[in-house]
Amino acid sequence: MSDSTIKVALIGNPNTGKTSLFNHLTGLNQKVGNYPGITVDKKTGTCKLSKTQKATILDLPGTYSLNPSSADEKIVIDVLNTPENDNYPDVAIVVTDVEQLKRNLLIYTQVKDLEIPTILVVNMADQMQSKGISINIPQLEADLKTKIVVISSKQKTGIDEVKEAIIEYKSLSTKRCIPAERITQNTITNTDLFTSLSKTELKKVQHRETIVRYQFINEALKKSYVVDRSKATDIQAKLDRVFTHKFFGYGIFAILLLLIFQVIFEWSNVPMDFIDGAFGALAKWTKEVLPAGMFTDLLADGIITGLGGIVIFIPQIAFLFLFIAILEESGYMSRVVFLMDKIMRKFGLSGKSVVPLISGAACAIPAIMATRNIESWKERLITILVTPFITCSARLPVYAILIALIIPNERVFWIFNWQGITLMLLYLIGFAIALLSAYILHKTLRIESKSYFVVELPKYKVPLLKNVAYTVVEKTKTFVFEAGKIILAISIILWVLGSVGVNDQFHNAESIVAESIEKNGFTKIQEVALKNKILRYGESLEEEYKEAGKTFDEEAMNDSIIKKIPEFKEELIEDEIAGMRLENSVLGTIGKAIEPAIKPLGYDWKIGIALVSSFAAREVFIGTLATIYSVGSEGDDESGNTIKAKMQAEVHSNSGKKVFTFATGISLLLFYAFAMQCMSTLAIVKRETNGWKWPMIQLGAMTVIAYVAGLIAYQFLK
Amino acid sequence: MLTIADLKKGETAIILDFPIDSIPLKLIEMGCLPGNEISLVQTAIFNGPLFLTINESNIAIRKDTAAQIQIEKVL
Repeated sequence: MSDSTIKVALIGNPNTGKTSLFNHLTGLNQKVGNYPGITVDKKTGTCKLSKTQKATILDLPGTYSLNPSSADEKIVIDVLNTPENDNYPDVAIVVTDVEQLKRNLLIYTQVKDLEIPTILVVNMADQMQSKGISINIPQLEADLKTKIVVISSKQKTGIDEVKEAIIEYKSLSTKRCIPAERITQNTITNTDLFTSLSKTELKKVQHRETIVRYQFINEALKKSYVVDRSKATDIQAKLDRVFTHKFFGYGIFAILLLLIFQVIFEWSNVPMDFIDGAFGALAKWTKEVLPAGMFTDLLADGIITGLGGIVIFIPQIAFLFLFIAILEESGYMSRVVFLMDKIMRKFGLSGKSVVPLISGAACAIPAIMATRNIESWKERLITILVTPFITCSARLPVYAILIALIIPNERVFWIFNWQGITLMLLYLIGFAIALLSAYILHKTLRIESKSYFVVELPKYKVPLLKNVAYTVVEKTKTFVFEAGKIILAISIILWVLGSVGVNDQFHNAESIVAESIEKNGFTKIQEVALKNKILRYGESLEEEYKEAGKTFDEEAMNDSIIKKIPEFKEELIEDEIAGMRLENSVLGTIGKAIEPAIKPLGYDWKIGIALVSSFAAREVFIGTLATIYSVGSEGDDESGNTIKAKMQAEVHSNSGKKVFTFATGISLLLFYAFAMQCMSTLAIVKRETNGWKWPMIQLGAMTVIAYVAGLIAYQFLK
Repeated sequence: MLTIADLKKGETAIILDFPIDSIPLKLIEMGCLPGNEISLVQTAIFNGPLFLTINESNIAIRKDTAAQIQIEKVL
């Protein structure tokens, strides 16, 4: 069976519709992986050619030639040049855009000269008429010594012909299309030459080769490719006059960004609340169904809660990538790169850094992966190092609760509100520190790296829904699996550390709590929590009455509440026990050990534990505090009332002063704005920079900045 | 000698020559070759990149690169 699988490689310039063809051929049978030893994405898929025949399609990164200038482009040569390579294709398909045929044929002639059977696909046939293009296919096939298939990926025509051509690949000519003597021996395919020449000499050789190839292409196209310019309509130029305008261009970009962020937050609320609720319910259900014990606790509190922490960000990330994919597919994104280059360059970044920085608002992980097309290593490195400062979605839950705690919910200037303004300021601070550190890195890093900038501004087109959908699914999947593995592992470790005790108070927590309540009754804080529970239960009952359309019956309601009170008390006691256990667990001991270091920032050991545990992922902070303040199951309350009340009531055990003052709150907000606090990001930075050096420097620097900012804020405000 | 950096918005020229060493190969591959026609579509603010049409493709390059490519204006 495996014998009848044909290996196909898709090659072509960026923006020729290569990925569309890939999606058409493979449907949902796609896989994204990495080339062995390299971090460039490898997309493969299977295509059913006929009843008995299958093909594996390899989608190679878009490239203009076989002369490598970026990591992505080097892959293409590695695959096509080494027949021993597992990915070496039986047949190569070069995808070209009918309007850019001349430029696109450059890489075709290079592939063809490797003597691999090659099919030439001319895409966007639907454009031919309106652009006044006509091609003499038989003539061009003869000159290029190949089979040509004309397709339209937009209208889905010609796909079957491509499949037929693949089946018949053995009948394709493997002759070079440009006689070797014309290019002499000076081609890239001559590996000895490639390694023996100096960089400048090599470039000269490649330069000469490129000219010879263009001469050949010009001759061939002169015979068979005709453009009647009178038929060409030019909306393209008109669009560019507006979108890249010195004034309107920037205005449109700013408005688009604002709209996108607004929409992301608005649309994400509903699915995020749903996911939050669903995972909470699942954890609760697990505890009810499975027998009580270590395993159930690990499953419910460690694994399910940990998974929930990843899954909850899927809506925001998916929406962000939806918009980024639309902007990229339509051709608009490269205009932004053009508009922003000069401004970004002042900070040591490139116009191409804009895309990662915008993506960073959802999550730094895919954002850092998006830096791969920045050619200059210095600019790319700076972009990677500063992207985690951009306020990502994982900071939101932390910001939300701290803001609610210390900033009054009052209106200013009629439409604004202090809490909203604070949140916006935090976003701006993140952006400002990213630019500032980029500037410092730019001035201090001594990296020789040629900063050149060549960007193609493709034709505007209406994005293909299918492509956008694939991108969203694929990027979201990468995030879930990359970040998921680490968050899950950390959740389990944290849970274990929190469930292993170091002393008697841990092991006898149950009897100690029972004794204390018997002797002294509930504490003030517990009274407040109990009141809150009753209040909320009453509210939910009222709601039920309303929904059922029944008249309000106060007596029945009071009865029902009274019946519930023992259950509430039971919950409170359980929470208290959980709190005591945590305090005396390994995790609690760690928190106490680091207390002296974080005291100047206004934090106590409980916040210390939350800081340490949220090093893995910021969103763990709230969950940890919820457990520490022994609010347990109440922590996921949507309004945050109980945990808020708990935090508000929390006092230092020795001085009796409040823990969460304005000063502590601001200090924590700044700490979370600047600190790295994300294992998954570190892992990605390690992967993208090929070593631990940069992620460690990044971690150290960000932690120091966060510490100093927290320290200054607390010492000035206390 | 005139270079691409001297072009004004909307002007068209023919590429004459450039120093191979300091021009990105990618630009050559995209069709920036002697003899080809080139026109300036747009410039970004603060002396930012130039938006050019070369060989039917839209390409943006920075001004320092553009200043090395010699041209002859088409009247």
